[in-house]
Parts: sequence; C-alpha cells; structure tokens
Amino acid sequence: MKLHEYQARDILAQNGVAVTRGSVASTPAEARRIAEELGGKVVVKAQIHAGGRGKGRLVSASETAAMYQALTTDAANNSGQVRGARVGGVRLADSAAEAEAAAAAILGKYLVSIQTGHEGKLVKNVLVAEQADIAKEYYLSIIVDGTVGGHLIIASAEGGQEIEAVAATNPDAIIRMPVNPVSGWQPYVGRTLAQRLGLAGDQGDQVAKLAQGLYKAALATDASLVEINPLALLADGRVAAVDAKLTIDDNAIYRHKDLEALRDKDEEDPLEVMAQDLGVANFIKLDGNIGCVVNGAGLAMATMDTIKLAGGEPANFLDIGTVNDPQRVVSALKVILEDPSVKAILVNIFGGMARVDIIAQGVVDAHRQMKIDVPVVVRLIGTNLAEGEKLIEESKLPLIRATGLAEAAKKAVQAANHAA
Amino acid sequence: MAVLVDQNTRLLVQGIGTEGANHMRRSIAYGTNVVAAIHPRRGGEQQDGVPIFTTVDHAVRDTGANVSIIFVPAPGAADAILEATAAKIPLVVCITEGIPVLDMVTVKRALLGSGTTLIGPNCPGVITPGTKTRVGIMPGDVFLPGGVGVVSRSGTLVYEVVAQLTDLGIGQSTCIGVGGDPIIGTRQVEAIRMLNEDPGTKAIVMVGEIGGSAEQEAAVYIKEKVKKPVVAFIAGATAPAGRRMGHAGAIISGEDGKAENKKAALRAAGAYVSDSPAEIGSTMKRALQERGLL
Repeated sequence: MKLHEYQARDILAQNGVAVTRGSVASTPAEARRIAEELGGKVVVKAQIHAGGRGKGRLVSASETAAMYQALTTDAANNSGQVRGARVGGVRLADSAAEAEAAAAAILGKYLVSIQTGHEGKLVKNVLVAEQADIAKEYYLSIIVDGTVGGHLIIASAEGGQEIEAVAATNPDAIIRMPVNPVSGWQPYVGRTLAQRLGLAGDQGDQVAKLAQGLYKAALATDASLVEINPLALLADGRVAAVDAKLTIDDNAIYRHKDLEALRDKDEEDPLEVMAQDLGVANFIKLDGNIGCVVNGAGLAMATMDTIKLAGGEPANFLDIGTVNDPQRVVSALKVILEDPSVKAILVNIFGGMARVDIIAQGVVDAHRQMKIDVPVVVRLIGTNLAEGEKLIEESKLPLIRATGLAEAAKKAVQAANHAA
Repeated sequence: MAVLVDQNTRLLVQGIGTEGANHMRRSIAYGTNVVAAIHPRRGGEQQDGVPIFTTVDHAVRDTGANVSIIFVPAPGAADAILEATAAKIPLVVCITEGIPVLDMVTVKRALLGSGTTLIGPNCPGVITPGTKTRVGIMPGDVFLPGGVGVVSRSGTLVYEVVAQLTDLGIGQSTCIGVGGDPIIGTRQVEAIRMLNEDPGTKAIVMVGEIGGSAEQEAAVYIKEKVKKPVVAFIAGATAPAGRRMGHAGAIISGEDGKAENKKAALRAAGAYVSDSPAEIGSTMKRALQERGLL
C-alpha cells in the first residue's frame, strides 16, 4: 500500500527524520494560511501517488486522455519542464497570495503525468512546504531486500533524479549498506553512511540521525520501501527530506489498523478496487482484450506471456489463488466483464491447492447469474479434474475447451479476434 | 535417488484446518509416511488415523518426525517455523502465503546455524515421485518417477512443467517449489546446487520470474558448476514494469528484474532458455537428446 507524500512525511518526522517545514491543505484558503505561517516563500505540491508530478499537466476530467497521449508520444512535451516549474503539479510561490493561487490552480483538477495513466489523478490535497534553498541533493532509501535477507540502505550523493538512471550510467555512485537484523541500527552504520556520502562534522551527524530515523520508520510501519529523493543539504546547513515516499507491505497491514486508514482508494484503479472488495485480491488491469482467470501468480504471468506469443493482448493479470468458494470465480468474471474492452476470456486453472471442480462450478454459476456474451475458453487440469469435467459437461454451456497451454492461448486469441 | 524428501521422510503437519487436513489426506493417499499433526487444542485426538500433538517438540519426541509441512495462517506462520526449528527438525516446508516480510527477516536469521533447512514460504512444497513422497499441495497424479529435477518460484508453473514432461514420458527426480516471496528459506541457486549434486538427477528445469536477482545468482553457479543440461523459463516477460504481479518478489525494479536480462544471463551460462511456457517440456526433450541422455 502506497502513502501520499504528506502522510509519509508525518511518519518520518515522528521517527526523528528532519523534513522541511510544511503541512497539507485541501482548499486554497488553507494553503494561504500555511504559506503565511511559513513566511510566504513556499512550494505547493499536488498530492497523488504517481510520480512525475512536476513535469505533469493539470487538466479537466475530459482532457486527461488527450494530455496523456501528448505526454507519452512526444518526448518534447515532457522535456523542458523541470521541478518547480509553474505549469505542473509542483509550483513555487513567493507569497501567501501566490500560494493560494497555485493551490486554486491545482486542487480539483486532474494531474496527468507519464506515470498516472490516461485517466490522470484527481488532486484532492496539496502539500504546502517551505521552499528549500538547496546546496546539494542526495538520494536515500531503505528497502527490504531478498538477497541480503533484511533491510538494505541505498544511498547516493547524486540525488534529485531517477536513481535507476544513476545506477545505469554510474553504478559506483550507488551506496548499498545492509543493516544486520540481529544487532539492528548501530552508530557505525550512520557514521559509515555519512562518510561514504561525503558528509562530515555536523552534517555527517545530521545525516546519520536522519538515516536512523528512516530505519526506525521502516521497522515501525512494516515498510517495504521508504525513499527520500531528494535528501537535501540546505544552504543554511540543515540536512532535510524534501520529498518522501513510503510503501507498506500489504501482507503486514493487518497489524497496522492506524495505517490502513491512510489508504486512498481514489488512487487505485476502480476495477482493482472492485476486485478487492469482491475478494479477488491479485487483480491488475492491463490494456488488452483477453480477460484471464488463472490460479497462481507464476502461471498467471506465463498465461499472459503465452497470449502475447500467440499474437494477443491480455486485459488483466489475475491470480485467483486457492479457491474454496465458486462465488469467487463468479466475482472474478464479474470484474473482468466490467471492462468493455474484453472480447474473450481465458480460464486457465491447474489445480493443486485450488480444486478444479470448484472453479468449474464457478464458471457454470457465473453463466447462470449473469449474461456472458463473450466467448469463454476453459482449460482445466489437476486436482479433482474428473469432477470438474463432469460439471462442465452437464452444464451444456457453449464453452471452448482446451487441454494444452499453447492451445488455450491460441483459441482465446482467435475468439477475441473473431469477436473484435 | 532424490533430494530433501524420500522414503525416509517422517512427515509432521503443522496446521490441520481445512486445507492442512485436506492435503494431509492427499499426501497419505499418495503414499507418504505422515506420522504426526499439530493442533494447539486437539492433543491426544487423531485426524485420519494420524496422532495429534499440541506442540512440535512433543510430536518429534514421540514420533521421530524429521520433516514438517506448515499450513498455519500467515500471522502465526513465522512462530510455527521457529517452533519446528527449535525442535531441530532438519527440513521445514512452509506453504503459507502472505507472511509479512519482516517476519521472514527474523526467521531467516534464526535459521542460520540451526541445522534446519526451510523451503518456502508461499510455495507448493517438495515432491519425490520415485518414493511417493509428497510434502506439499501439488496434484500427485501428474508426476512421473524419473531423472529431471525441477526448481520453481511459482507453484502452478511446477505443475505445468511437470505435466509437459510427463506427457513426453520424461519423469522427475525431485521437484522443489522455492516460493514466490522476497525472503525465502532456500533460494533457487541453493535448490539447483542440491539437484546438481544428486546422482539421481540427470537434468534440471529452472522456472524463474521477473523481479529480484535470483536467476542471475543461479546463472553464475550454473556456469561454474553444472554439467547437467539446464532448461530455463522466466515468467512475466510481458508484464508491465513497476506492478506487483501477485508474488511479492515479482515486481520489475532495476535491470536485474527484467526477464530479458535474466534470460541473457542464463543463456550465457549455457542453459537452454524456452521463451514460451508451453515449450518447456519439448525444450527439455531436445536438450536430453542433444546430450545423448534420451
């Protein structure tokens, strides 16, 4: 689960991380008041989950698709705009009145960036923060890493840009430091990090304390990622987080009821929210026209790969998981059928923990409970196959049957092309 | 010959709710020696003829169980793994999905030097068809005894690969689902090492997926040490970047996470890489024929 920048800043501050002064506003008047408190010179930042905000554009709901097209097809539209420019979702203001105007221009509009998708994101809040007078930008994050089996600090003295770009062009500029989970944070970790970032004396102490706070925040929130980019050395000698990103491990949300309240469903794809509400957790909307119902994440990805190799495009990723209730299959099909671009559905189930007969029952029930007018290709194999086969046979439904994976994908692509 | 589980396996089942009890029955029916089950409040009872204990420690002392399979729900799964480790069970297979990754950070450290090998979590388990030993949730009837070892991050892709192999008459030595989470007990490269050192395994299938760098780690080992033919498939070549595809490990971030880079590393290590998941079996057949093993 992702948090908004203002939410992440609060959590970081609570854990001892120095952040620039600021607070969140949902109206231009509030933005003005906060700017007055901060002395007028502020930055007003749209609060959406997607990145690329500064280079994005604010439009009305009806214009998002065209703007997304313009931003993604012509790189020139997306260059030349830098963070702090006055047309995007991040704006500089030199007075409280300017801050109010900036907030008025951003709030209630849709922000479209190369990361938002064609529907853009409605901006409901802005962060109003002091304009940081930055002397140098750094990158600092903590992730939970599979290879080291614990927290890994990633840092760079070349912050302020995409860290992937730094990693690609200058891998030596990336610092990687694991934190031993048994000993936890020890003073040497901060000292070493500061030295490698080239910060000494008081500034070294500041970055060490800040990094320790980042680690504390990651532990306290079960975060899979906490990222500060840029971490800034300010002209007045302070080291502070100018931006903040925090992603919480979905598997751990059950033990953080307080953080669950920070979920912003408006930021998620409506189909994905519907899927979650119906108990179909692992659903991701894609751009193709073949709906997929598969058990197991690996097989679901492999099914998408096979559809592509057969010349088709999957409309979604869906791992239905271990199904004990046919109604979950009905729900999955309901979510898929909500997408008007779906021209065919491929049900590919290899029963292990999941039982083929329950899936078959679900497919049959779905046809009884709702009108399904796209062709459905069914490939069933594994646990309780015989019982599943019997249910399908007895239903007399016009399902397209397949036994092999390649055959199933080919039939689904043919059916989709025929319907389109 | 096989690895991890065989005729000497004395299986203990931790967590006998609906799924645990169901798969315990299936393992017994497949021919596996299940000696004990754990339920905190049903000690002294039986489940399908298997004695129930309240603690792993008690079960091990009474039955000599040497492998545990865990179905305990996610909030209690780390505790269950640690309980089995404390009871000195040499092999623990954790099926449970959705364990918080920080719980696994603790578990992974606790396993160091413990003498316990963990497979999983979020995995289909381990099966040796030749000795009818099923420590997992896989459909037993698609497996065929033979000489191909299978290692996979995904459960259902194990079944898919095995069904293709069995259809071609190519049997399996041991199949290991290492699990789809970022932090797992036994990484792909370690499972490949086990199969490489097993005289009963003459070839290896490795099923990887996008995200992380486990396939690159495996490629380094394969290049250096593996003379047996290795067939590899990477799931998720067509997945969009930045999205988590169900498995917490399967999110493309960074160059190592991309399918094309994983495939390139494996090709450079001498593996036969199948681009289509539907052709893993036929690729293995070709590999075995080329090496004069079929």
